Amino acid sequence: MKLVLSSSPHQHVRRRTDQVMRLVIYAMVPGVIAQLYFFGWGVLVQMLIALITAVVSESAIVALRKRQIGQALQDYSAVVTALLLAVSLPPLLPWWMTVIGTFFAIAVVKQLYGGLGFNLFNPAMAAYVMLLISFPAAMSSWLPPGELAAHAVTFGDVVSVIFTEFSYSGYDINQLRAGIDGVTMATPLDYVKTQISQGYTYSEAINHQQFTDSLWSSASLGWSAVALAYALGGLVLIQQRIISWHIPVSLIAGVAVTATFLSMINGDVYGSALFHCVNGAVLFGAFFIATDPVSASTTPRGRLIYGAAIGFWTVIIRTFGGYPDAIAFSVVIMNMAVPLIDYYTQPKVYGQQRPVKQTQGEP
Amino acid sequence: MPYDFEQIVERIDQQKFWTFPGGVHPDGRKHLSNQTAINPLPLPKQLVIPVKQHIGTAGVCLVSVGDKVLKGQTLTSSPTPFSVPVHAPTSGLVSAIEERTTAHPSGLPELCVVIEADGNDTWTELKPVADYQQQTKSSLINAICEAGIAGMGGAGFPTHIKSTARKKVEFLIINGVECEPYITADDRLMREFAWQIRKGIDILSHLIEPKVVIIAIEDNKPEAFKAMQQVCNDTPSIRVVQIPTKYPAGGEKQLIQVLTGREVPRTGLPADIGVMMFNVGTCYAIADAILHGKPLIQRVVTVTGEAVQKPQNMWALIGTPIEHLLSQAQYQLKKQKAPAVIMGGPMMGFTLPSVEVPVVKTTNCLLVPAKQELNLNQRELACIRCSACADACPVSLLPQQMYWHSKAMELDKAEEYNLFDCIECGACAYVCPSEIPLVHYYRKAKAQIRIQRDDKDKAEKSKQRFEARKARLEKEKQEREAKHKKAAAARKQASQPGTGEEGGAKDKVAAALARAKAKKAEQAQATESPASASPQPDDNKAKVAAAIARAKAKKAQQAEAPAADPQGSVEDERKAKVAAAVARAKAKKAAQQTNQDESAHARDAAPAEDERKAKVAAAVARAKAKKASQSGQPTETTAQADDDSDNREAQRKAKIAAAVAKAKAKKQAQADEQAESEPQATEHAQVEPTEEDSPEAQRKAKIAAAVTKAKAKKQAQAAEQAESEPQATEHASAQSAEEDSPEAQRKAKIAAAVAKAKAKKQAQAAEQAESKPQATEHAPAQPAQEEDSAEAQRKAKIAAAVARAKAKKAQREAQHSGSEDNE
Repeated sequence: MKLVLSSSPHQHVRRRTDQVMRLVIYAMVPGVIAQLYFFGWGVLVQMLIALITAVVSESAIVALRKRQIGQALQDYSAVVTALLLAVSLPPLLPWWMTVIGTFFAIAVVKQLYGGLGFNLFNPAMAAYVMLLISFPAAMSSWLPPGELAAHAVTFGDVVSVIFTEFSYSGYDINQLRAGIDGVTMATPLDYVKTQISQGYTYSEAINHQQFTDSLWSSASLGWSAVALAYALGGLVLIQQRIISWHIPVSLIAGVAVTATFLSMINGDVYGSALFHCVNGAVLFGAFFIATDPVSASTTPRGRLIYGAAIGFWTVIIRTFGGYPDAIAFSVVIMNMAVPLIDYYTQPKVYGQQRPVKQTQGEP
Repeated sequence: MPYDFEQIVERIDQQKFWTFPGGVHPDGRKHLSNQTAINPLPLPKQLVIPVKQHIGTAGVCLVSVGDKVLKGQTLTSSPTPFSVPVHAPTSGLVSAIEERTTAHPSGLPELCVVIEADGNDTWTELKPVADYQQQTKSSLINAICEAGIAGMGGAGFPTHIKSTARKKVEFLIINGVECEPYITADDRLMREFAWQIRKGIDILSHLIEPKVVIIAIEDNKPEAFKAMQQVCNDTPSIRVVQIPTKYPAGGEKQLIQVLTGREVPRTGLPADIGVMMFNVGTCYAIADAILHGKPLIQRVVTVTGEAVQKPQNMWALIGTPIEHLLSQAQYQLKKQKAPAVIMGGPMMGFTLPSVEVPVVKTTNCLLVPAKQELNLNQRELACIRCSACADACPVSLLPQQMYWHSKAMELDKAEEYNLFDCIECGACAYVCPSEIPLVHYYRKAKAQIRIQRDDKDKAEKSKQRFEARKARLEKEKQEREAKHKKAAAARKQASQPGTGEEGGAKDKVAAALARAKAKKAEQAQATESPASASPQPDDNKAKVAAAIARAKAKKAQQAEAPAADPQGSVEDERKAKVAAAVARAKAKKAAQQTNQDESAHARDAAPAEDERKAKVAAAVARAKAKKASQSGQPTETTAQADDDSDNREAQRKAKIAAAVAKAKAKKQAQADEQAESEPQATEHAQVEPTEEDSPEAQRKAKIAAAVTKAKAKKQAQAAEQAESEPQATEHASAQSAEEDSPEAQRKAKIAAAVAKAKAKKQAQAAEQAESKPQATEHAPAQPAQEEDSAEAQRKAKIAAAVARAKAKKAQREAQHSGSEDNE
């Protein structure tokens, strides 16, 4: 009778990679709901487009590489990439841009590097950067939060705009972006940046009537609420031990420390730590993007360095660079540094250092 | 964190412990098998006892097929300290000694003694150590070794070696942690045999003399903890502690870290940090061995898993096929679709290739999982670098990096990530969400690195050998050339004084004779040298002999001349001068040789030796020169008289010469010069016996040695040409001799013996030559000898005999080669 042979250990913890990926997807739910609530159906349509593109391109490339399609799709990594990219895109982005971006993420950034586990860059963020550089205008066409919008946007309008660039009522994207006061709405990050560049102080910009009074005003609320909803999902991931606390904490700390330092130098020109943290993609990026295990640092100390550096670059690029937000750039920059960080942050192995000298000659 | 002994003990007394990084908490499932007492196992029909069941070298089989053995009888002996014997687990008949599949992950067959049980279970005579505290430690350690005890925790390290450590031990840790899931053998042993374990601990304490004994048990075994506490509460120096359950807390390094906060250095042993650790099972076996005289022939084995109906612990004889154990636990192999049997626990155990493999000393568990119980068919997915493995690693490695490089066969990189610090506990693979068999990759990479290292070592060694050979050949070539030059110069010098000094008519005749002979010899030499390239060894030998003979002839002639004309004072002077010249030449040569030796033998461990040798050589030369002048100045009688008066001088000279020869021989043996030539080997042969003979014989031999030395040098000149051939054949032995000195010595001795035999042959040949008397040479020598003292006589006889023989041979050879020349 032949006995089954296998290598030790024979016992395994019952959580597989596909389960990990699915848990990440579930953790995105609060953030997606917040996005739907504040910015309409667009995000859902984008998610669908990205999802279909991702599955198709993953299957095609895997087939070209003569690997098992089923196994590649089963790990849910393509789905996670597609969803992460979709929620990062402006909700009314033309469909073909989403398709190009998703295809780029799956085919070029992931599969051309060797598939899951071999990609140097975070696929979603690399694709986002590619789209942002290629289509800067479309990629910054964000809608105002629903209650501030001049035009109500129905689900049909959303689909119509995404696929035809015009809504049923004949509005194009720029008209839809107009606020109640008829002025085209920008994201708080974008607005503050523009204002400061025009000579206004940071406090003047933040208190502009468009945002009514404060950071927590209704206009800003939409953006901040979405960010906080993602943070909530991220905390669940930490609690479920899907991600470790190192990267989110160090990333947020990196943002806060850099922003505080700058605003201490000149509070009129540079935004506060809170402003930087709750606006844009900092919280989303801290929990969902930078924690992508494949492209992040893997040593405990390395993760802290990696997160903090992303936070640092984010504030620096937001403040001094040409784009209002910078999580994607920062993540991609730090992805390149991961091998170096990992190499120099290896933990001390047991018995590696000379043990403490024993006390000799005791009675 | 510097923690000294007191601080650590204080912490332990407060039940405070350190922890190790990582670790996992797999489902223990110990309740399956720890509910019932350890059951005895019925005697199996056949037992298969692997000869090697420990880390180290295998023993030598003492029994043969057909032998009747008794229970407890030793089956193997230990040729090295790193091996322990195995014993017959029951009485019966040795039915086979052959290779069988044993309990090893590789499934490779190993040599096993197969015993058919006779059912009587008759013990052999047991020899318990009475009152062990009165015994010497070495005798106790010996008894432990004889009982065949090797670490029973899993690694199987010979216990007697561990307990012989000379370092001071602060903590004797008794490992009752048993952190692997499922296994309860130690748990049950502690519960049921706590007292015997305690006795084993006492014996170990007596041997090791630790400051404190700590018995560590995981907190998932409260009954075992209580039992051990009960038997140890009378001794304050023994502390029984419960440590938090976390896999792999039972690993030696991890347990040391938990209890003492100390880390065993990478290349060190626990003893280096004042710790020594033994498994509870080992303690039990030690007590059995010392107190009852019983060797290690049985152990507790946990048979568990959902696929057996009666999971339990059993007392299994070493060598019992596991089939027997499984059937006892009511396991039906055929009922399972994909049956698997794991020896050891689910984390570090290995699957067995068949159910016929025997229980060995390190078998603590047989795990037979049901279909869904464990996950044996892993579906390996891509690594997503989640680093869950790094978080679980108790040694703080980066398993994901090691895996990456191991898989890509970048072995140097994998090593850079400290691959060899991996303890293969399996925690990384346990947590891996992609179910990558990480440990398997590491084992493979480690094996590959070991193979590469071995290959590299081999290549390096052969390179060194090649270079050494090249250097030696080059050196020899240079030496040969130098010697040729010297020889030519010496010949010239030797022939000149004879012509320069004017004596009687007879002198002229003698001188003319000498010249003629020298010329002939030179001619022979001339014809010989081109022929010397001839590869046939016989030819070479003949020529070597011829050359030797010629050289001797010259000497002999010179010696004979004064004998023929006893009143010739001028003759004496001339002889003295010749001798002086020869001595000078020798001294020069010796000095040169020493120089060459010195430069060539750079790796010779003792340059002082060289210096000494040079000095001795110089002294010899001086002595010879002195002697020559002394014998030359007085217009006395013959060389024999001279010898007589300078008897002590001569003796001293001979002794020094012998010493030189000896030293040279030794050195040559060391530096693989021993292969150089037959003449030198002859020298060995004649030198070595002197060490063994009686004083009288010694003196004789020394004289002979001195003669030989002179001869050898001359021979060397001629023999060099012949050298190249025998050398080639002797390379191999010489080279391996280089590798280890005892071997080299042995080889040198063999070479010496061979040389001795050859020398004998030569002597015989010389005797034969002697039997054809040449009156002119023989007669004058005889009367002179009669007048002298016995000692001088003997000496002279030897010298004369040698000289005669050589002279004759030389003459014959010279004539022969002369005729050859003519042809």
